Amino acid sequence: MRKFDTKVQYLKYKVLREVARLAWEDKLLENLIDIPKTIVPGNEPTTRCCVYKERAILGERVKIAMGGDKNNPNVIEVIEIACDECPVGGYEVTNACRGCLANRCEDVCKFGAISFDHNHVAHIDKSKCKECGACAKVCPFTAIVSRKRPCQNACKIKAISMNEQKAAKIDNDKCIQCGACVYQCPFGAIMDKSYMVNAIDILKKSERNSRSGNYRVYAVVAPSISSQFSYAKLGQVVTGLKMLGFHDVIEAALGADMVAMSEAKELSEKGLLTSSCCPAFVRYIKTAFPGLVDKISHNMSPMAALAKYIKETTPNSKVIFIGPCTAKKAEAQLESVKPYVDTVLTFEELQALFDSRDLDLASLEEGVLDNASYFGRIFARSGGLTDAAAQAIKEQGIDFEVKPVVCDGIEACRMALLKLNKGVLDGNFIEGMACIGGCIGGAGCLTHGEKNKAEVDKYGREALEKNISDAISILKL
Amino acid sequence: MLKITVCIGSSCHIKGSRQVVEELQSLIAEHNIGEKVELGGTFCMGKCQLGVCVTVNDDFFSVTPDTVGDFFTKEVLSRV
Repeated sequence: MRKFDTKVQYLKYKVLREVARLAWEDKLLENLIDIPKTIVPGNEPTTRCCVYKERAILGERVKIAMGGDKNNPNVIEVIEIACDECPVGGYEVTNACRGCLANRCEDVCKFGAISFDHNHVAHIDKSKCKECGACAKVCPFTAIVSRKRPCQNACKIKAISMNEQKAAKIDNDKCIQCGACVYQCPFGAIMDKSYMVNAIDILKKSERNSRSGNYRVYAVVAPSISSQFSYAKLGQVVTGLKMLGFHDVIEAALGADMVAMSEAKELSEKGLLTSSCCPAFVRYIKTAFPGLVDKISHNMSPMAALAKYIKETTPNSKVIFIGPCTAKKAEAQLESVKPYVDTVLTFEELQALFDSRDLDLASLEEGVLDNASYFGRIFARSGGLTDAAAQAIKEQGIDFEVKPVVCDGIEACRMALLKLNKGVLDGNFIEGMACIGGCIGGAGCLTHGEKNKAEVDKYGREALEKNISDAISILKL
Repeated sequence: MLKITVCIGSSCHIKGSRQVVEELQSLIAEHNIGEKVELGGTFCMGKCQLGVCVTVNDDFFSVTPDTVGDFFTKEVLSRV
């Protein structure tokens, strides 16, 4: 039973779990200083040079698990002392270079950056090198490698540089909170701030957990949950959520159904649209392509649309969104979304919450989760939103041909937006998802695997309602 | 004004809350009492075993797609 992809996630989880355990018991403030020692007890270091550095880093992780630096508006934060100051040299010739005669590297370099020493070993003149990588591709010994920091490599929008101490530094004006760097940093030096302590506080004071509680807490769960918690059944996850104190669990996919209908309409009216479901994609357009802002769909995201519906129909309710996404944490802080979504958790954080209450999901009774249609559910994977928009156009009898450009990963989004900006895009609807594969590739997922897309589609097919209009008919009361 | 609230949570949804809602909508239209009745939805009412859960003002009823007609005559028409 594999709970996480990497040991970095596991370490982060252990911190979150300890913080959660203490928060439930109202003992967090007195005991938070002891958490690092609970996680790294003895004198033998396991990850760093000594236990003291390990504990110092864990102390920083505890802070981020409790909401992080209040003066930093970004939900993604660097733990400077955890940053291993990885090399940043770019293309370099390694000692695998055998000083051959062919010199393909020199021939292919358009910038004259390659020269040879007396042993015929290649050298790259950094003042001429443009980091194109052509030399690395042609070297028969693969002796030329790119030394780039994993975080910088992960950040396709180039928001990561390094500070004077050579630690990673995030440009908050550029960062879209996709979390790619969080997931990719092999030292776990970049983390998404956690609002789990807020969530515990909301749950603890609710009607279900407190006698004086006068409100109910609703969990809105993203459809990508179908590819997560694979050691238990989805119905058992629902029961687990209720045991934590949620009054009800509702599919964000129902919000996706609502959005699909109105987005399809908006698309047919405007003739050209970019999707607004992925908050990282929306922010990317706003920061990097301000001239295209009027093309962004005016629809709220499925999370926000459903949360708004819940708040408007149910007095005294609070909404916690649970999903794969770090950017949703930032979206929930937007003025337009804040009134509806009280806080956001990732699947990683939910796992920590379950375990902080010692809930063994696999042994629980199965609850039910069924609010949305097939189409709302497949929003979790790349291409799903487009299928839903086309279906919504059909169901509403609108005469419009959708020419979708489906983009997953921010690089693909960038290419489509560049074309749109130049007026050469072959299409009228950009489905933009910042993560590869769509939401199932999100940084807040416990695991990422090849079967995830199939899991989402299977979950989609299990929906009681096959059509979008059927799923949302009950909302139009 | 009579307020009818139908549970649209997962458990009631599976037991047919959509059919109950659609039936109520058409019955309300048929009897032309739309002005006197407000039909609304809410997520889980906390009595999943009794679903589909319906309240009329503050009174609770357990309704199914099969019994919705009777329920409408007895509990709705009689009160408007």
